Amino acid sequence: MTEQLVAGLYREGAPVRDTKAPAGPIESRWSKRRFDARLVNPANRRKLSVIIVGTGLAGASAGATLGEAGYRVKSFCYQDSPRRAHSIAAQGGINAAKNYRNDNDSTYRLFYDTVKGGDFRARESNVYRLAEVSANIIDQCVAQGVPFAREYGGLLDNRSFGGVQVSRTFYARGQTGQQLLIGAYQALERQVAAGTVEMFTRHEMLELVVVDGRARGVIVRDMVTGEIETHLADAVVLATGGYGNVFFLSTNAMGSNTTAIWRAHRKGALFGNPCFTQIHPTCIPVSGAHQSKLTLMSESLRNDGRIWVPKAGGDTRHPREIPEAERDYYLERIYPAFGNLVPRDIASRAAKNVCDEGRGVGPEVEGVRRGVYLDFADAIKRLGLEAVRSKYGNLFDMYQRITGENPYEVPMRIYPAVHYTMGGLWVDYDLQSTIPGLFVTGEANFSDHGANRLGASALMQGLADGYFVLPNTINDYLADGPFATVGEDHPAVAEAAANVQSRVQTFLGLQGSRSVDSFHKELGQIMWEYCGMERTEEGLRTAVEKIRALRDQFWTDVRVLGEAEELNQSLEKAGRVADFFELAELMCIDALHRRESCGGHFRAESQTEDGEALRHDDEFAYVAAWEWGGMVGAPPVLHKENLVYEHVEMKQRSYK
Amino acid sequence: MRITLKVWRQKNAATPGRMVDYRLDDVSEDMSFLEMLDVLNESLIAAGEEPVAFDHDCREGICGMCGVMIDGVAHGPEMTTTCQLHMRSFSDGDTITVEPWRADPFPVIKDLVVNRGAFDRIIAAGGYISANTGAAPDAHAMPVPKADADRAFEAAACISCGACVAACPNGSAMLFTAAKVTHLGSLPQGQPERDDRVVNMLHQHDVEGFGGCTNIGECTAVCPVGIPLDTISQLNFDLRHALGRGH
Repeated sequence: MTEQLVAGLYREGAPVRDTKAPAGPIESRWSKRRFDARLVNPANRRKLSVIIVGTGLAGASAGATLGEAGYRVKSFCYQDSPRRAHSIAAQGGINAAKNYRNDNDSTYRLFYDTVKGGDFRARESNVYRLAEVSANIIDQCVAQGVPFAREYGGLLDNRSFGGVQVSRTFYARGQTGQQLLIGAYQALERQVAAGTVEMFTRHEMLELVVVDGRARGVIVRDMVTGEIETHLADAVVLATGGYGNVFFLSTNAMGSNTTAIWRAHRKGALFGNPCFTQIHPTCIPVSGAHQSKLTLMSESLRNDGRIWVPKAGGDTRHPREIPEAERDYYLERIYPAFGNLVPRDIASRAAKNVCDEGRGVGPEVEGVRRGVYLDFADAIKRLGLEAVRSKYGNLFDMYQRITGENPYEVPMRIYPAVHYTMGGLWVDYDLQSTIPGLFVTGEANFSDHGANRLGASALMQGLADGYFVLPNTINDYLADGPFATVGEDHPAVAEAAANVQSRVQTFLGLQGSRSVDSFHKELGQIMWEYCGMERTEEGLRTAVEKIRALRDQFWTDVRVLGEAEELNQSLEKAGRVADFFELAELMCIDALHRRESCGGHFRAESQTEDGEALRHDDEFAYVAAWEWGGMVGAPPVLHKENLVYEHVEMKQRSYK
Repeated sequence: MRITLKVWRQKNAATPGRMVDYRLDDVSEDMSFLEMLDVLNESLIAAGEEPVAFDHDCREGICGMCGVMIDGVAHGPEMTTTCQLHMRSFSDGDTITVEPWRADPFPVIKDLVVNRGAFDRIIAAGGYISANTGAAPDAHAMPVPKADADRAFEAAACISCGACVAACPNGSAMLFTAAKVTHLGSLPQGQPERDDRVVNMLHQHDVEGFGGCTNIGECTAVCPVGIPLDTISQLNFDLRHALGRGH
């Protein structure tokens, strides 16, 4: 480890060496790993127990599958039912290399597109496996009764998505996430009825239990009674989703948080690429200070809608009164080859740029108009009103409900928003973190998307991890069992539980003057301003200072009313925001140290002459895996996992 | 806008609740109903009073977690979820009554939060297709006529919010149960367990204490995703068929 601080903020430690990815031809790595992984015989499985936190696509599918296999599973979610996890909100679809369209799709092409789309910051072995099992996911979901869109011949329909050139996206109207999640949830409830899965709803994980270096359980709070409970097992799986709510305003569910993975990070799990945040270009803009949530308009709208702003700044005329000659269809102008269909990172930054120039549209919020038009007038003229209505009607209705404007007559207003976090706990090829016995799946891990996620790939990863990957790798760990029995009186268990108790009492005892939400909003503003779509060295340093100051204030001045032994939503939020403060600092340090632009991470100092993201593969072709510094505000330690590209040549992306 | 709220406050299941009046002077019509409650809660916290507990999560109309009675109507005056209801649906000076879902199988936990765990238990009783992971045939091995797939999808759109129960004078969860029976029963994959499914789910529905269906139709009048009433006919049809075959 370096003695001196690097950039005054962190130390550098030993590189990450073993990712457990097998060597050899990429096509056979996954089957080789499966063959090499040790097995647990069916009679012994019932003696082994697994805790799974989170019931989204990754958690519910893993719970159902491990339950079927015969392990004893305890499943936890903070919602009132496992079916409400935020995977439910995904609209567009799920990719799979089925080549049902005979358009030359293949496992290799899905792998290639994903590595390239991630701007060469994902691990090739993982991405190949993801592409490989994608076809099985569709089979599994259809067998469960997921009602994918079908054609008149009875076969499955597909569409194209997110700039790729083949039609590999399976969908269920605009509710693909909901239908896939219901499939996994029903499979989970089937195991609940069978007695292999025990379900704990309205329970929130607040601490990880590590005994003799292994993950052995969790401390949770029953959110109804306030009771702090200890649950012990032979392995723990975190499937708790992303941490985009660090920005307060995001497309995430309000309850999505970082606590589970952050508590594990503090116990020794490395955190991979925390600064990689995906900004989605087509959200409904912020309408005022009261706003709690940003709503996505499906990316499929960009197939027919044209994006523009007035050529002149401060042009506040009604959009229909602005003549063609005075409009700037900026994506079509700058990226003639891809036009309005450029990838998410490119479209988002272009929208920010035109608004920064003062050419944004819509209401002024804090001095700037942050919105661009997504206009369907041409599509209506070309296809007819009815055709547009049948294609996008539900989205248009939703837009009208939220904004009060009729998008058939007035162009929609859209603006980018925080959507998905590619960072998360570092995992090896087995999805195991750096704490033995702690596995991390879905958005909660860092692994498969690199610096940018292609559309329709998040659902694919969640289900790949839960149905196919984890159930075939966790055996190898569990084959070490039976493990030594750990009692609730073990000092490590008692200490973890005591920590949770004392945090709860601290929040309730502070009796400060400001609400949790007011702190969260202020933190979110700092993050959006300095660690959002565009980052600079100076801005990130400012952010670290501001975060630290605000965090100090939080711990002296937050007001949490009510009691510990009851449903207390302020108390729940306080714990989450406290962890967001620590994560926010690490995100800024990670963004600061990565002096390159890639995918969802745009460093203003690293751009080409015409303003495009500029990577530095010679310096930064690695995963930044961060080790907890030991206490709040202490410098974290950077471990690098070098990325090697044997199959996809590293090239600058160009969409011109 | 100036709004007067009458909100049900109840400390916990063991304590009787009561209506409490609050006044908000600065409500914007762009706020969602839940954002209006956020604003109320901020003012309560500032005044040292405990905020109103209410359920919510995705705030984009799909997770099904939010839901309150607004002026006696489940999710309020628009056919949508509470999170997608906006204050422009109300007028300056309005008084709005806000209460939790009311049904015996949905006990109040606190304020506007109720326990809908009974829905999960109805699903666990048979609301699935038994398909273990890893051995599924190719997805194209079994074509599904588009009309059947569309019918299945229409029923599968249920978000389990519980508005149907809250609106039903009988406190029946028949629309919820029928939606699942129709979704899975419309697909070829769902046929082997079709008889067992309807019998077992309906049995659990009754065990939970939900009332019977007398075709009043209040459920569909408030359903935010438009689950059709004829799913209940489908359920009755399937039940008769299953009983006729000795289930």
